[in-house]
Amino acid sequence: MTIPHALLALLAPEAKFGLRLKEEFEARTGAIWPLNVGQVYATLGRLERDGLVEYRGGSDDAPSQKLYELTGAGFEELRRWLHTPSVDGRPPRDEVVIKVMVALTVPGVDVGEVIQSHRRQTLEVMQAYTRTKADAAGDLAATMVIDAELLRLEAAVRWLDTCEARLRRGATLDTPEPVPDSGSAAPAKSETIR
Amino acid sequence: MSTTLELCDVTRTFGSGSTAFTALSEASIAVDAGELVAIMGPSGSGKSTLLTIAGGLDVPSSGSVLFEGSDLASLTRDERSKLRRSSIGYVFQELNLLSSLTAAENVAMPLELDGLRAKQARRVAMAALEQVGIADKAGSFADDLSGGERQRVAIARAVVGERSLLLADEPTGALDSVNGEDVMRIVRSACDSGTAGVIVTHDAQLAAWADRVVFIRDGVITDTTQQMPGPESLIIADGAT
Repeated sequence: MTIPHALLALLAPEAKFGLRLKEEFEARTGAIWPLNVGQVYATLGRLERDGLVEYRGGSDDAPSQKLYELTGAGFEELRRWLHTPSVDGRPPRDEVVIKVMVALTVPGVDVGEVIQSHRRQTLEVMQAYTRTKADAAGDLAATMVIDAELLRLEAAVRWLDTCEARLRRGATLDTPEPVPDSGSAAPAKSETIR
Repeated sequence: MSTTLELCDVTRTFGSGSTAFTALSEASIAVDAGELVAIMGPSGSGKSTLLTIAGGLDVPSSGSVLFEGSDLASLTRDERSKLRRSSIGYVFQELNLLSSLTAAENVAMPLELDGLRAKQARRVAMAALEQVGIADKAGSFADDLSGGERQRVAIARAVVGERSLLLADEPTGALDSVNGEDVMRIVRSACDSGTAGVIVTHDAQLAAWADRVVFIRDGVITDTTQQMPGPESLIIADGAT
């Protein structure tokens, strides 16, 4: 989540107080990522320092509330961010991927059980999200944010399924030949995947 | 909550001797009224065999299948047929709708086969079509319906009347994700109303609609999900950036 840019987007139509920014942010993201007002004002302070928003005064009714407006530079920064690619081609450091790949090299560990353990846990999270989505019928923002999470988790399960299918075909994992050192180089070997 | 379906140590072997193949091995599973269970596994894992045995369409080589406490093996052939028609609804991948019949006629057919008068069967069928949101297509022939509409008719036929068990094999078929979700909402709603449901699938998004996901590999039930705490536990804590 990029909270500063999300706040710039919410300020684009008109100047707003921090509390309203918090409420709009949560409404537009289905309340999946709660914000607190202090966090909003701290972020607005940094945006003001960078010249992206401007302080327009306080509220007569609630002195702690401050009104902020988007500047021209803020609007340009928002446009730049919206069009900046969010994928750069480098694979994210996925913990499940690393665990499964590492498990392949650990003697005495059943990789199939490691895969099933992660598949079950991922399904349990998907079930909880699906229940939330079922309850949120009609709340488009919440539904779309949960869809994003469910599709990400589904991809993880499909990767685990694919790994399992490959391993069951009896594939072998070639381990790299060790770099020769002080005369104790082990022979290159091929691990049979269980 | 009463148990609607119970499989006890069910094994199903096809062929004999050196060509014998065990598709299902000592599978035990119980499904309560109002509960939706997903059986998840890859192609050839035995999940469809489990479903056909659960629905009385096939018989186990050993073990027993109890439907509302009655052992299917103790029923006569006619009694099993009547049970299948009146109490168990099926949604197959192929849907098996009759193209020469309208949506309402397709849904009413099992009721008429069970002896209900045509007029009354149609009234009940219309209620089922209403439940799945396509009452306005009641007069359309099956071939004139879209994939999503045909899927809904198949589900209406499966839940029509007093069915207490719904069995579905990949019930969203080739539907896109939003239409597939609509189908799962209907299945979920039927279960929330008291029907016991079993779906078999290899699709995690589909399985996630279930109360419990049972994993099957090589004909053996290997694992089951546990219910997580409330969804609030998934919400990212303050401070997310």
